[in-house]
Amino acid sequence: MFDFHPQLKQRFAALRTGAEFFSLRYVRESGQYLSVRKNVAEPPSLRRDEGAMLTVRVNGVEAYAATNDLSPAGLQAALDKAEQQARQLKPHALLDLRDQRVSSDRADYFSPNLDQPFPSLSECYELLGAESAAVPRDERLVNWQVSIGMTHVEQIYLSSAGAELRQAQRFVYPGLDVTAYDGNDSQTRSLGRENFGQQGGADVISRCGLIGAGPHIADQALQLLLAPNTPPGARDLLLMPDQMMLQIHESIGHPLELDRILGDERNYAGTSFVKAQDFGQLQYGSKWLNVTFDPDIPEQLASYGHDDDGSAASKQFLIREGLLLRPLGGALSQFRAGMDGVANSRACSWNRPPIDRMANLNIEPGDQSLAQLIGNIEHGILMSTNRSWSIDDARNKFQFGCEWGQLIENGELKGVVKNPNYRGVSAQFWKSLSAVGDTSTFQVLGTPNCGKGEPNQVIRVGHASPACVFSQVDVFGGDA
Amino acid sequence: MTTYTTPANSQAASFKALVNGLREAIREPEQFTLSYAAESSAFVRFNHAKVRQAGQVQQASVGLKLINDGRHADLDITLSGAAEVDARRLADGLQQLRETLPLLPPDPYLLLNHNGWQSNNVQAHPLPDTEQVVGEITRAAEGLDLVGFYAAGPISRGFASSAGAFGWHQANSFNFDFSLFHANGQAVKASYAGHQWDSEGFARRFAQAREQLAFLGRPLRTLAPGQYRAYLAPAALEEIMSLLSWGGFSAQSIASKSSPLQKLYSGDHSFSPLVSLDEHVSGSLSPAFSGEGYPRSDLKLIVEGQAEAQLVSSRSAAEYGLTANGAGGGEAPSALNMAAGALPEADVLRQLGTGLYISNLWYLNYSDLPGARMTGMTRFATFWVENGQIQAPVSTMRFDDSAFSLLGSQLEALTQERELLLSASTYSQRATASALLPGAVVSRLTLTL
Repeated sequence: MFDFHPQLKQRFAALRTGAEFFSLRYVRESGQYLSVRKNVAEPPSLRRDEGAMLTVRVNGVEAYAATNDLSPAGLQAALDKAEQQARQLKPHALLDLRDQRVSSDRADYFSPNLDQPFPSLSECYELLGAESAAVPRDERLVNWQVSIGMTHVEQIYLSSAGAELRQAQRFVYPGLDVTAYDGNDSQTRSLGRENFGQQGGADVISRCGLIGAGPHIADQALQLLLAPNTPPGARDLLLMPDQMMLQIHESIGHPLELDRILGDERNYAGTSFVKAQDFGQLQYGSKWLNVTFDPDIPEQLASYGHDDDGSAASKQFLIREGLLLRPLGGALSQFRAGMDGVANSRACSWNRPPIDRMANLNIEPGDQSLAQLIGNIEHGILMSTNRSWSIDDARNKFQFGCEWGQLIENGELKGVVKNPNYRGVSAQFWKSLSAVGDTSTFQVLGTPNCGKGEPNQVIRVGHASPACVFSQVDVFGGDA
Repeated sequence: MTTYTTPANSQAASFKALVNGLREAIREPEQFTLSYAAESSAFVRFNHAKVRQAGQVQQASVGLKLINDGRHADLDITLSGAAEVDARRLADGLQQLRETLPLLPPDPYLLLNHNGWQSNNVQAHPLPDTEQVVGEITRAAEGLDLVGFYAAGPISRGFASSAGAFGWHQANSFNFDFSLFHANGQAVKASYAGHQWDSEGFARRFAQAREQLAFLGRPLRTLAPGQYRAYLAPAALEEIMSLLSWGGFSAQSIASKSSPLQKLYSGDHSFSPLVSLDEHVSGSLSPAFSGEGYPRSDLKLIVEGQAEAQLVSSRSAAEYGLTANGAGGGEAPSALNMAAGALPEADVLRQLGTGLYISNLWYLNYSDLPGARMTGMTRFATFWVENGQIQAPVSTMRFDDSAFSLLGSQLEALTQERELLLSASTYSQRATASALLPGAVVSRLTLTL
């Protein structure tokens, strides 16, 4: 591990520049994606990637140059390019960063169970083949796929201020989906995939529930095919954690990103209905809503010791008892806005610069079991597993869809319904949060697919949540 | 200011050297394919008409597939640009794949292209100096709230196989994708993209956007949910096409019942006879070959509202008994071309009469995929029109409607003029996708929120 570190340190020490500050962020990534579709092993997709980003600050202006050439000359050339650009952009620069503090921290961070070997290729294919074969024979089951993705990342951050930060992490993404078709409609039920990513090793595959899941997931796909459409109207909505993660992501996470509030993303990812002056003032949700930026759950996808600008990460309440307290803004955004934030300046790889991203954004557990949550609903619906998401560029008006719906009447779970969709407005939706599940309903989930930024970046984020109930939400089904 | 390192001819030579080395290293009966992707990019972000973040990225990678005894595996390797280092990385990669193949079962859907086809396309228009471009942009935006992104530089793609195929594609391009914001939060979206930066051309494009900005100052109109006549400008139609392209034309998605167009391909539904769609690779920015080694030709996907060709990768060809037609693994179009209609653009407002003029849509997804029912938001410059006159900007609204309605029973007219929309996407690398689309007048669009 970190076998390139001594060489990299030497090369960093030899770099020459007139910049007042410079840093190097080296990333080495290897990965594999294995899948079996309808009992046929698909060819493995493997990858190896490494490169470095050099960032300079000259007279308060920052610029970067990312390079695949890690030789001493290659690194120096990149540093020179960044320095030249910073000098030439001075007349046009938006920001003067001369007074922004830089990190000089030195630390290592490791994923849990990193010392345990990951199952071999043969073992993975054996597991995938067994789960695929366990999907029952039924002519209505037209497609199914079982997969395991794994990425191993080593990152080294060095700066002229003396920072030396190393991270070694392994991310695992198990998944299964089954599609059923009756000649007119098709319904897909899934487990894991984009919803369940964690740090760790074989333990992640076990925690996901992939082993032995084939028949159950297939049965649910067939149940959906036979189910009526979700009836339209206002109902109490019980969202399970694998839909809560999307709800948190889109209507709390993105609107609280400080760079959006500062306008950086207005041309692409969008803006926010939240304003800088709302922090400390705005009642974002009901008193049951407690939202944290939490880098301390070891297996969660975006747990880390320091962000990609070298800021130390710690757990912070963003919303406490419904009151909005703190944005998702890294050191640069905090400096620009004059506000406290969190350590969430992150880049997806060596070839993209850090920007404000969600990391682990969680809802703290409440005090009700799932049975209690259901028992207190008179006329409602349970929805599970996101399949569709759409929200406006200010992250306010949304419509989300799930794979699985079950009506709730007089405190009891009733029949399965298909195409469960709901819509609402973020600014009001969280105020309708009426009950929060306890730790027995709490799940640690995450997705590798959060897109943002110019140039575009897709990054992993973690969301842990209990099941939650929202009062009187507009729900509806599909056409088929 | 910008120096785009590693000239294209040098990259082509480096790729050829890797290919030659690989041909020597391969042991009969092994076979290989090797794809190549590289770019040197200048990236500049703007906020409040100033430079928010700027940098340069130099990257190159190969995708190596090794085939032996009916088994195959793929490995992507980042290159360093140094011949010796890259030859060693490729040799290590080859060894990794050699050790991997015996662990795999034979793949019944392996289909190789044994043709030794050749393709070469090099476009080397000189690129503008980034400092000059930044100067022009900041001068044009003086006094305005501009936010945007400039990306420029050479892009290279290559392919070679042990069967003797060799393709090379290189193009210099730039894309300035920007928005102008009114103080009330409303904005106009525009772009200036191509191969050759022309200061007058940029100034004209910028002036058009600035003119639209004036309309946004009028008091906002808030609409109630309901059904409205609407004009979808080409950029708005592109959002609908992008969503439909996400599995819509894919042979695997159609066969596995996860295509939103499965009812079109089954013949159960159709679009309006006005709708004809091609994947028009020739003359587009996309390479004329796929990453898996098939030359790509133009395809008629929809003709007068009826489904025709699907996009077929080699794997789908083997699995479903179809003919591979150059689609990549994702089987998505990259050069979608929609036939023009008869409505002159100048008559759009008159044809619309009273309804919504929608410049852009945003964040589309499905409400009910098998029915191609989709939802999404208006974004940027959406206006309320009465009797052919723009009245007011409209606050952000959500629509929820089926593509079989919007492009079928409710499609009234397509414009004579079409707009070439070059993708500004830069996920992992700068995209080469494009779309040539008209605008569309629809007699009913359902707004829900």
